Amino acid sequence: MEQKSIVSLRNINVKFDGEVILNNIDLDIEDKEFITLLGPSGCGKTTTLRIIGGFLEPDSGDVCYEGKRINGTPPNKRNVNTVFQKYALFPHLNVFDNVAFGLKLKKLPKNEIKEKVKKMLAIVDLKGYEKRSVSKLSGGQQQRVAIARALVCDPDILLLDEPLGALDLKLRKDMQIELKNIQKMTKKTFVYVTHDQEEALTMSDRVVVMNNGKIEQIGSPIDIYNEPANAFVADFIGEANILDGTMLSDYRVRVLGSELKCVDKGFGENTPVDIVIRPEDIEITSPEDGTITGDVVGVVFKGVHYEMEVKTGGCLLLIHSTVSSPVGSRIGMRVDPYNIHIMNKLFPTAYNEFEAEVVSSSEDSPTVTVSIEGNEIELENGYYPKGTKLRIQLPPDGLHIAGDGVGQLTDVFIESVIWKGAYNEIILESDEQKWLMQSAQDEQVATYVPICFDFSKAVISPAEDSTEDSDEI
Amino acid sequence: MKSKKLALPYILWMFVFTLVPLVLVISYAIRDENGNFTLEFLAKAMKYGDVFFYSLWVAALSTVICLLLAYPISYIISRSKERTQRTLTMLIMVPMWMNFLLRIYAWVILLQTNGPVASLFSLFGIKLQLIGNTGAVVLGMVYEYLPFMILPLYTVMGKIDNSLIEAAQDLGSNKFNVIRKVVFPLTVPGIISGVTMVFVPATSTFLVSQYLGGTDNIMIGDVIEKVFWTDKNTGSAIALCLMVVILLCIIVMNRFGDEEAVGI
Repeated sequence: MEQKSIVSLRNINVKFDGEVILNNIDLDIEDKEFITLLGPSGCGKTTTLRIIGGFLEPDSGDVCYEGKRINGTPPNKRNVNTVFQKYALFPHLNVFDNVAFGLKLKKLPKNEIKEKVKKMLAIVDLKGYEKRSVSKLSGGQQQRVAIARALVCDPDILLLDEPLGALDLKLRKDMQIELKNIQKMTKKTFVYVTHDQEEALTMSDRVVVMNNGKIEQIGSPIDIYNEPANAFVADFIGEANILDGTMLSDYRVRVLGSELKCVDKGFGENTPVDIVIRPEDIEITSPEDGTITGDVVGVVFKGVHYEMEVKTGGCLLLIHSTVSSPVGSRIGMRVDPYNIHIMNKLFPTAYNEFEAEVVSSSEDSPTVTVSIEGNEIELENGYYPKGTKLRIQLPPDGLHIAGDGVGQLTDVFIESVIWKGAYNEIILESDEQKWLMQSAQDEQVATYVPICFDFSKAVISPAEDSTEDSDEI
Repeated sequence: MKSKKLALPYILWMFVFTLVPLVLVISYAIRDENGNFTLEFLAKAMKYGDVFFYSLWVAALSTVICLLLAYPISYIISRSKERTQRTLTMLIMVPMWMNFLLRIYAWVILLQTNGPVASLFSLFGIKLQLIGNTGAVVLGMVYEYLPFMILPLYTVMGKIDNSLIEAAQDLGSNKFNVIRKVVFPLTVPGIISGVTMVFVPATSTFLVSQYLGGTDNIMIGDVIEKVFWTDKNTGSAIALCLMVVILLCIIVMNRFGDEEAVGI
């Protein structure tokens, strides 16, 4: 495997202004494959591409090209070419001169340049456009000039940074197929960056799903879709019902109030897990035959299938089915065991657990003020002497985003938001720790919000090792 | 129609302060006291031919030095962080807030015989005459007009998308080729406006040469100033000649610029 990979990234870390952009990225890109870096904006996919292109140096880690470390090699000395997001065609040059730019720098003879450019323009379907000004071309044509300009240099690797982002839907679909054909025809390694999961699934040999500067999963489009590594991947790729469940024992899972058979094992007994069921994998039966029953609350005809919303045990399930049941009817549902995907929870524990030190207190009123990450927050239940370290267990519904915009803890980063059928499971990151929150509202990932604590739901006890400290004070 | 009305004050301004004086200058230059057409004054103006050439030479030299200094400075500013950009442009603007004469006086004091700069050199045993020569005039001009070269260059360079520079690197350009094949062609309009903004006022400038130049280093602006007080007609004739020469220079430069922009 090792000698097959053309580019390897090893333990790549990048920080901008103290913010982690890439967190220990390890990636092997194989020769002649079409690999896609997929993820929401701000996940680090473009940064990864820029590191391969040589436009950015990682803070730490190795970039290897055919086994040789190439950190510090400038872009013009790498046999890699890039198709930029906004094409970056040279406005002062016509189509021919844009495409010939790299060849002229290589000092090839004139007639050879002419021939190569002509051939490349034919490949991208722009025969006869040599003399046109690039600013007079349509978006799709500019796009193809950009691809021709990069490919004509005969790079080992072509990097494409969301090249179809600016095109309209129909053109985008055509270009997806065209790009895949060009890749097959030219037998090059394509590294493609996109946030469009459909694009990634359509074109790629392998997909790298990224989030928050980390790689969540690497696999073929089929693997990524059918065997998502975690709830984030399942949520990002395609449509999915992501539910809370409990792994009772190997091959047995409790979800939506029913005990179902599944094909996964090794999670231990009575372990909370995330369960993913694709909408097309839920089979509709009569209420008697189903392993789960529910009430149809919405039906939309989508052409190939019906999209149904079914309420069961407080949860809304999304079902894609070729048969439909009228709104209000009771139906049974069945899922084949191999279509129930079990995965570890994104957040390691079921609730937030943290320590806080009492900074002021009064014996008259049962109120103490504690310090959480340097913020002084009032706590209403109980009295503890000053200096006591408290261990607080706060359930996910004891946290909420401050509606007044002020909050007790500010600038908390929303790392992920996943709809669990009845509520959103939100993972937040403050300066020192991560938080698990439940919310009925949808929130925007990768934004900063203020949060509030509801300590009436918390279990508070003095942290055992700190009682001695407080005695000394 | 509204837009035309808004332009009215400007048109009026142009008429009263540009067109009318222009016509007056021409009429002074080609008519004698009786209002008859004459080439007498233009012929008199021709006597200052050597001053003309000297002025054009000094202006051209100052413009070239300004361009050579301003180009890398503007490039560095345009490629730095936004905050640094603001600070640096501010630093370039600040001297322009001070009175022009005052700044020239400052140079006179710095450069005068036994002044601070000359004293510094004499410490190393180097005796230098720093003032009263063409070099001092050019120095004063470059100092005076450098911001007018930097600002238009910086403006066009700031508009060059960084991805164009990255694309050029990506296609195999080293730093020199990035500048030669991408940055330079895209900055030709900035170079032309910068050169115009420096060359035109530099040619007709006065006082700089009076203070920093010696008695032999008189420029055409100084001549016009002197002659005009005693002989309006000849003064106007010299001014007219200067205008024509500058106009020709601009036309040639723009023609050259157009070719440059297309040819590369």
